[in-house]
Amino acid sequence: MDLHRFDRLSETEWRVDAFDGMRVPGVIFATEELIRQMDQKVFDQLINVACLPGIVQGSYAMPDAHWGYGFPIGGVAAFDPDLGGVVSAGGVGFDISCGVRSLRTGLRAEDVQAMKTRLANVLFRRIPAGVGSTGRVHLDTYDLDAMLCGGAQWAVERGYGVKQDLERIEERGCMKGAKPMVVSDHAKNRQRDEMGTLGSGNHYLEVQSVVKVFDAEAASVLGIQEGEVVISIHCGSRGLGHQIGTDFLKDMAIAAVDSGIDLPDRELACAPIHSEIGERYLGAMRGAINCALANRQILTHLLRQAMEEVFPNAELTLIYDVSHNTCKVEEHGVDGRSMRLYVHRKGATRAFGPGHPDLPEALRTIGQPVLIGGTMGTASYILVGTKESEQHSFSSSCHGAGRQMSRHQALKNWQGRQVVDDLGKRGILVRSPSYRGVAEEAPGAYKDVSAVVEAADRAGLSRKVARLEPVITIKG
Amino acid sequence: MNYWAHFSHEADVGIRGIGASPREAFEQAAVALAAIVTDPRRIRPLEEVPITCSAPDHELLLVDWLNALIYEMATRKMLFARFEVCLTGGCLKAKAWGEKVDVVRHEPAVEPKGACYTELRVKQDTTGAWIAQCVVDV
Repeated sequence: MDLHRFDRLSETEWRVDAFDGMRVPGVIFATEELIRQMDQKVFDQLINVACLPGIVQGSYAMPDAHWGYGFPIGGVAAFDPDLGGVVSAGGVGFDISCGVRSLRTGLRAEDVQAMKTRLANVLFRRIPAGVGSTGRVHLDTYDLDAMLCGGAQWAVERGYGVKQDLERIEERGCMKGAKPMVVSDHAKNRQRDEMGTLGSGNHYLEVQSVVKVFDAEAASVLGIQEGEVVISIHCGSRGLGHQIGTDFLKDMAIAAVDSGIDLPDRELACAPIHSEIGERYLGAMRGAINCALANRQILTHLLRQAMEEVFPNAELTLIYDVSHNTCKVEEHGVDGRSMRLYVHRKGATRAFGPGHPDLPEALRTIGQPVLIGGTMGTASYILVGTKESEQHSFSSSCHGAGRQMSRHQALKNWQGRQVVDDLGKRGILVRSPSYRGVAEEAPGAYKDVSAVVEAADRAGLSRKVARLEPVITIKG
Repeated sequence: MNYWAHFSHEADVGIRGIGASPREAFEQAAVALAAIVTDPRRIRPLEEVPITCSAPDHELLLVDWLNALIYEMATRKMLFARFEVCLTGGCLKAKAWGEKVDVVRHEPAVEPKGACYTELRVKQDTTGAWIAQCVVDV
């Protein structure tokens, strides 16, 4: 990225003042090395978002920002409905509420090492993953609508998990304001057979070893210690979310013209929050959030069943569940006053700091866990939100490593079989139905997650708690 | 003259169909979509599925066409590799031929989530060939 337009405010904060139609400045949080690696499109998209009506304070990009559509992936922007603020389907993305949840197992790394191959095979057999996979839960229209309204709470009521899980999920497992009647039949049809499926691409279920604790106090509150095993699940709202994204991207592109919104880029399809289509989208998006929460809840149930087969005495306890691609209504302080804003986080994680009232009491002293997935060959991280991120980025942080090359290029660089063998030699077992898929997801195709996390920590967006390294990765 | 290609996009996949006419470019773009998942040559044209869509312009119509295919792929658990497209103004009528997903034979790499407006173009290049392209979220 060309940096000549930026003022460097600190080691990790780069700002471009408003120009040419921008209503607010653009800000990127990154080290110099990371920002120089970013595609110039991140700059273009950051600027375009800053032009949208009703945007407040700034158009932000996280340390893992890369070229998205409309918004950069890793983009954060908040809108005031009283200023004609908009909601954007492109500002949320196709995989609505894609996110990560991590669970403690109570097992030590050496316990899992002894049973690693068997555990990998059991997980691969029991967790539906990949293109064409079908879930074990099939929903009729009535159940679908109930799931869209109830989210993970709906799932727990049906025996998928325990009530205690809900405390450790954003929104206590149920996003209010979902409207199943505005979700298309196409979206519901895509979801009927997909509940409790992992998906494909960068989605995974991973058995991880806690190799380093950076913040002993926070780790203690989360119940994790070095040498223990954690299991993380990364997936989203599956076909339903994807279809809602498709449906509304088109509707909003047409509606933006009708509303007189001058879009610098058609990809920024959006609508006024208080418009018919804006409110319809919010109702559908909230349903998709619930779908993702229910999906991860059902996958957790399947995981617990799988673990029972290999480690009958292990108890899996949810650390936290975060979502990346959302638009949520939140109270934030802006210029000394409290404002109710619609905060878009596209490929960014909510990171409420200590004391936030929306956090469960047990976590209020340390802040919201921020779960950052890396790659199957590197590491993942657990962080917690900070008070500073409230001022910097509407309590937002990064979400992952971010790709540094296309799938096309990754296929030229790596053979899937070789990737699996190389990781196997390092003690990491990979199970996937597709070697090509593994090649596309090769660790080298991603940025250095440690550099991204370090930048987020130094920028004050979130604080490092622990580093996790992969032992078994199940990919779709 | 008619062929498909993928172009680079960091997070997702750029697909491109090139043909002597817009409809042939649309057909090739569909093959490029299939190639996101697997080698199209592995897909047998055993079952025919009709598709109809309409949009105000050819670019939006391309996105609608690809998203209609993605919907059929997802709900039928099928992959398609042969296409016959008819374009009349803003209307598209097509037939797609393919088969159910076979994980062993197709080794599907990733599922397309939706076609979007990134790098969206339907236009003639300097040689007179028609190009139909966009980015597909995966």
